[in-house]
Amino acid sequence: MTHDGVNQGRRRFLYIATGAVGTVGAVGVATPFVKSWFPSEKAKAVGAPVKVDINGLKLGEMVIAEWRGKPIFILRRTKAVIDYLRDEGLRSKLADPDSEVASQQPEYVTSDVRSLSEELLVIEGVCTHLGCSPKFIPELEPQPFDANWQGGFFCPCHGSRFDLAGRVFSGVPAPYNMQIPPYRVDGGVVTVGEGGA
Amino acid sequence: MSKKPAILEWFDRRLPVTSAYEKHMSKYYAPINFNFWYVFGLLAMVVFINQLMTGIWLTMSYTPSAEEAFNSVEYIMRDVEMGWLIRYLHSTGASFFFLTVYLHMFRGVLYGSYQKPRELIWVFGMFVYLVMMAEGFMGYVLPWGQTSYWGAQVIISLFGAIPVIGDGLTEWIRGDFLLSGITLNRFFALHVIALPLVLALLVVLHVLALHEVGSNNPDGIDIKKHMDERGVPLDGVPFHPYFTVGKLPQVVLFLMVFCGVLFFMPEGGGYFLEHPNFEPANSLKTPEHIAPTWYYGAFYSILRAIDFPIFFINAKLGGFMAMAGAIAILFVLPWLDRSPVRSWRYKGWMSRTAIVMFAIAFVVLTYLGGQPVSFWNGVVAKIGTVIYFAFFLLMPFYTKWEKTKPVPERVPR
Amino acid sequence: MIKKILTFVCASWLATSVVAEVGEVQLDSMAPDMSNTTSLQEGLSTYMDYCAGCHSLGHARYNRVARDLAIPEDIFMENIVFSEDAKFGDLMKFAMPIEQGKQWFGVAPPDLTLVTRVRGVDWVYTYLRSFYKDESRPYGVNNSVFKDVGMPHVMLGLQGLCSEKPAAEGKTLDPLTGVATEHGACISQDVAGSLSTDEFDEVVYDLVNFLNYMGEPYQMDRKRIGWFVFAFLTVLLVLAVLLQRELYKDIKH
Repeated sequence: MTHDGVNQGRRRFLYIATGAVGTVGAVGVATPFVKSWFPSEKAKAVGAPVKVDINGLKLGEMVIAEWRGKPIFILRRTKAVIDYLRDEGLRSKLADPDSEVASQQPEYVTSDVRSLSEELLVIEGVCTHLGCSPKFIPELEPQPFDANWQGGFFCPCHGSRFDLAGRVFSGVPAPYNMQIPPYRVDGGVVTVGEGGA
Repeated sequence: MSKKPAILEWFDRRLPVTSAYEKHMSKYYAPINFNFWYVFGLLAMVVFINQLMTGIWLTMSYTPSAEEAFNSVEYIMRDVEMGWLIRYLHSTGASFFFLTVYLHMFRGVLYGSYQKPRELIWVFGMFVYLVMMAEGFMGYVLPWGQTSYWGAQVIISLFGAIPVIGDGLTEWIRGDFLLSGITLNRFFALHVIALPLVLALLVVLHVLALHEVGSNNPDGIDIKKHMDERGVPLDGVPFHPYFTVGKLPQVVLFLMVFCGVLFFMPEGGGYFLEHPNFEPANSLKTPEHIAPTWYYGAFYSILRAIDFPIFFINAKLGGFMAMAGAIAILFVLPWLDRSPVRSWRYKGWMSRTAIVMFAIAFVVLTYLGGQPVSFWNGVVAKIGTVIYFAFFLLMPFYTKWEKTKPVPERVPR
Repeated sequence: MIKKILTFVCASWLATSVVAEVGEVQLDSMAPDMSNTTSLQEGLSTYMDYCAGCHSLGHARYNRVARDLAIPEDIFMENIVFSEDAKFGDLMKFAMPIEQGKQWFGVAPPDLTLVTRVRGVDWVYTYLRSFYKDESRPYGVNNSVFKDVGMPHVMLGLQGLCSEKPAAEGKTLDPLTGVATEHGACISQDVAGSLSTDEFDEVVYDLVNFLNYMGEPYQMDRKRIGWFVFAFLTVLLVLAVLLQRELYKDIKH
């Protein structure tokens, strides 16, 4: 067996070239396996946008819809509530009063009260700590967890508290404001799961 | 030789990594005269790995219940991203698994690879084939189409032919009074977990037995008879890289044929994915034409060929016994061949004729297995059955009587 | 000698097998064309008009059909989907409950998503054009491809009704249009249809073309990817052969 320099070079080149092409092939073969794990058409159909009729929703009332297996809280907020959301006393108790963490709301929801229109709050009813569903406690009365409760969401699992814009209080286990889903409003119908400018 | 990297040393002290690699790859000496027939073992392994991977992935989206199985297969084909490709890989792979294994087995027949001291390799291999047959049968039931259902019905009721225990046995296999979702569910468990494990174990034993003795070759020469001072056979070359990397072109060619079918005719002309199986199983409607998948064709033909009673044995039982016998006789091939030479290249004209006739008979019987019953089909099937059994039963005689050619000591270059 | 005997036996056996096959219905050829989107759209339209009342397409989804046939969602939902609460992502499960089907037709009308994979396009194409008048049947019609079928002649208004069973048919395929130019001569019609023979054939062609798409919607993808894979394997083959030759220089001595 001869191993002169020229042969070795050619051999090494061929090994590398074949190996490279073979790797491309391996990636090609892996593709259907990886792709098949993405949500199937059935999952996408079930996870499609949901339309909610809010024509009958009264001021101060909240209705719960479902989208992608998650509860969606749709709340028609009163003027008093909206004003209080801007109160400095409240804001000083919040961890992220200006919703600076971008992942928690779509980029087109820019209002300081975290909604497209002031009145209507559309928010995922999921605590950002470990995923329990917070209770809606709108009454302005002292609560066991807060003597000065001014209305909001309270999560029974580990005691996290959120205001009526879903903003998280400081000093609770939950790290972020509650998630605003993509949504749009057309007249009396809210479409959750689809949104834009 | 360059020094081993430290990490490899670390492993070698705790696990036989390098020694295993050398024993089975870089210092396993394979005969230099390996020809085309010697690639099918490697190809069968490639296909086996394909079956395992695609099978696992199919299990992720398949529902093994009588109500949902058929729908879940169409779900895979349409709703799961590239699910259709995974399904076709599995169905095409099943047929190609049998194709490569048949050619692999035939190589053994041609070159006497089953002869002493390789009898155990052959026996393990036969068990692989037997388990494959069960695996393929159960896999075909899973889509729960018309052929799935009625094919299962026919095959399970075959066991009813066994006297005394037959009926009880079929009920035990079915787990129900009729073929139902209960049967489907247990076939699913066997097909996905039990049999693949058994198959993997048997393949390992098969290869270990081979490596213990060393590979045969087209001339049937024992290459270990002539070794150099280091104990390396003069007519041997390291398996790796010469028969691993070196076999890459053949593997690619095989992939081209495989992909040709996979992408352009995945139904295999109605032989790989049978047309009636695109209709959900209906226990009240028997399809006009029930045929087993092509790879069982030969044995099905033999079964149907016995359509007459033999003494006190009725046709149904007779057919079952003939079919079982046809599979069983393969196991004892190493002890039927009394030839002093291994390879057909050096055997007499009787063996060579017998091998050719056997091959033709097997192909014809396979084809007939998918055809409807008719007078002439029956005649040919009976002739084919006789040739099939004669090949084995007469072998102890013709291999002993015939005049063989002298086998060279060294591999001819 | 042995070879000669074998050849003779094989030839005569093959000959008799072929003879045994004749006696089945001869089918007209139909060459599907998945790239003809217009034809597929026409077929979908015909299906929804004439077939969807009884036969579901339960393995297919509306949104996929709309996408593959280049029909925008709003037009699709308005014109094609007639079920009020159906969503764009739903499976195309319409049609009657099984019990009702059994009552009206003797057997529930089967789902047709996979019919062309079970029967073949030729069979479906010929079947749909082979109804004839038969007073002895519950709906007054029979079919020369599917004897004593429970299905009424839904497209009677288009084709008309043949008075009696047509003669055995021949296969002729117009190479340009892919449509069979002759079908079994229907000697006379009891009821005239609104379409000519050729026009009706084209309607049925489009319908069967659509059903062929339904049976395997991803067939175009499959072939396209296949060509890519072949191209790739060719490149790999060339490299593999070069590498093998280089490697085997070691053994040539």
